[in-house]
Amino acid sequence: MENLSVLTHLDYTLMIVAIGAALLGTVSGALGTYAVLRRQSLLGDAISHAALPGIAIAFLLTGSKTPLILVLGAAIAGWLGTLLILSIVRLTRIKYDSALAIVLSTFFGFGLVLHTLIQRTGNANQAGLDTFLFGQAATILERDVLTIGLLGGVALIIMLVFWKELKLLVFDEGFAASIGFPTRALDILLTSLLVIAIVLGLQAVGAVLMSAMLVAPAVAARQWTNRLRLMVFLAACFGAFAGVIGTIISSTASRIPTGPTIVLCATVVVGISIAFAPNRGLVWERIRHQRNRRSLKTATDRLLK
Amino acid sequence: MLQGHFDIQLIAIVTAVACALPGVFLVLRRMTLMSDAISHAILPGIVLAFFLTESLSSPLLILAAAGTGVLTVLFVELLQRTKLVKEDAAIGLTFPALFSIGVILISRFAGNVHLDMDAVLLGELAYAPLNRLKAFGYDLGPVSLYVMGTILVINVVFILLFYKELKLATFDASLAAALGFAPTLIHYGLMALVSVTTVGAFDAVGSILVVALIAGPPATAYLMTDKLSRMLILSAIIGSVNAVSGYWLASIFDVSIAGAIATTMLLIFGLVFLTVPNRGLIAIARRRTRQKWEFAQTMLVIHLFNHEGLPEAEAESAVAHLHEHLSWNPDFTTQVVKYALNNRYVSRKETQLTLTEHGRAIAQQALVQ
Repeated sequence: MENLSVLTHLDYTLMIVAIGAALLGTVSGALGTYAVLRRQSLLGDAISHAALPGIAIAFLLTGSKTPLILVLGAAIAGWLGTLLILSIVRLTRIKYDSALAIVLSTFFGFGLVLHTLIQRTGNANQAGLDTFLFGQAATILERDVLTIGLLGGVALIIMLVFWKELKLLVFDEGFAASIGFPTRALDILLTSLLVIAIVLGLQAVGAVLMSAMLVAPAVAARQWTNRLRLMVFLAACFGAFAGVIGTIISSTASRIPTGPTIVLCATVVVGISIAFAPNRGLVWERIRHQRNRRSLKTATDRLLK
Repeated sequence: MLQGHFDIQLIAIVTAVACALPGVFLVLRRMTLMSDAISHAILPGIVLAFFLTESLSSPLLILAAAGTGVLTVLFVELLQRTKLVKEDAAIGLTFPALFSIGVILISRFAGNVHLDMDAVLLGELAYAPLNRLKAFGYDLGPVSLYVMGTILVINVVFILLFYKELKLATFDASLAAALGFAPTLIHYGLMALVSVTTVGAFDAVGSILVVALIAGPPATAYLMTDKLSRMLILSAIIGSVNAVSGYWLASIFDVSIAGAIATTMLLIFGLVFLTVPNRGLIAIARRRTRQKWEFAQTMLVIHLFNHEGLPEAEAESAVAHLHEHLSWNPDFTTQVVKYALNNRYVSRKETQLTLTEHGRAIAQQALVQ
């Protein structure tokens, strides 16, 4: 009984982190669905890396480490990076993957240059690069949870408001354009929503692993359903689930970083979904295969009799 | 210190060229992001090999990492083959998972041994010349120069030996298969090459910036040429220029060398993207403006041609009222008229426009089309 009370006492910080991770998983899971369906799974990777120079410039300009200012810088840089990717693809013959790779790595490199500049000024208040790369879920405070909840909520509401438009954009962009939907504006809207989700996630899981938070829940959800509505809902649930379970596992022992643990949890959910999801899953496929073979065999047996 | 400058630049150039050559095929085969995946996913391989050898410079480390790289490619393809996951999502699932395992291994067990996360991810070219190869008491130069040099030679030999096969498998995989060129084998050969190159280069520039060296020069060269052989050579040149300019940028401003190399890559790419003839932004913008005027001018001559010799011709060809007939705004109309006059498609008599011989021919041709 005494043990339990210690646990509940300790659990306050843990609970805050878990709530933060759950909210984050919900937002990135839901929005990641669109990225995965549009075959832009790796856009998240690019945006999260491209955010580094934005954070550095925001810090250089304001000299403050206020999360909101850094988040704003990250969002602007991530957004600019995405626009650059889209215009390279639209205006040249360079394909999407190369455009993504160039923007991702060179923006990050520029961020690194700025980071070394900041380090050289000897400012004790400098933003940690490790935190940017790997996140630091343990530092999530109540006000961060509030920020994630508010901004993430706004992003999700916008997604719901433009549900029909975004659905059409995802499944038949040509048709959407032909009946007069502003597809380029919608594209930018969707990207901006992704940028919000990613920037919110940087603190918890970091730049390198943020893409997994967008991709994994959506891929898992895809296995269970063919309906967008259900897929978005399931992806949000899986994302939240991975966030909470990952946080709890990493708190059970020392020196297990939270971000990577959350990512591994999400990956396990994907593995289970790919194996066992009804209709699409590998196990299901095997069973159907054997059933077909058996019925074929009985049919031929009957014929040969 | 001069020696240090020279060594670092040499290593940077060799690394850049070694990355750019296989990068050409990745860019053409739309597989650039595989290098991103490999460079992250090799982390657990490096960590495990490090636990075994307790040294960061052991050749076993490179082998283990390259093995993990090929394993990553296999994983991605297995996932794709289930038909349940698309290629981009398969990449996006595989490398973060492997990378997470690497990070957890490091923070769980490597606390008491020295394995710096930053060194793995970001590299540090400045320290590369410090680790030197010594034999019989002689200083033979930096170890990483030999490592990258060997990888460069392997890449060049592979591309020269299998140039025809690579070219065919890249541009027409089904024809390559039909002719018995084994595109799958070529594919895995290339992937092994990319893995080894990435592993060798990450030591110098880190795993994120390797991607800049692999994707940047070939994509830039892709804007400049249509020939594979020329693209390979251009990529190597761009990579070298980039390495040297990045190095000097870094030493002038005293910042991270790898970061500066990536930054100059962005600048070089941006410059080419803007200015390259025919495909650059400036060329595109100029072509679009010219097309706009040409089109408007054609509209004008067709309009004049349609009403030529008819009773209403005088009203229809009055300069002051043209904008009403063509529903253009007046300023635009004035400019189009000026443009057409300059080209001698029309001539002006007081307030009237008449077609010249040439203008009439153009109008007839446009109508036939």
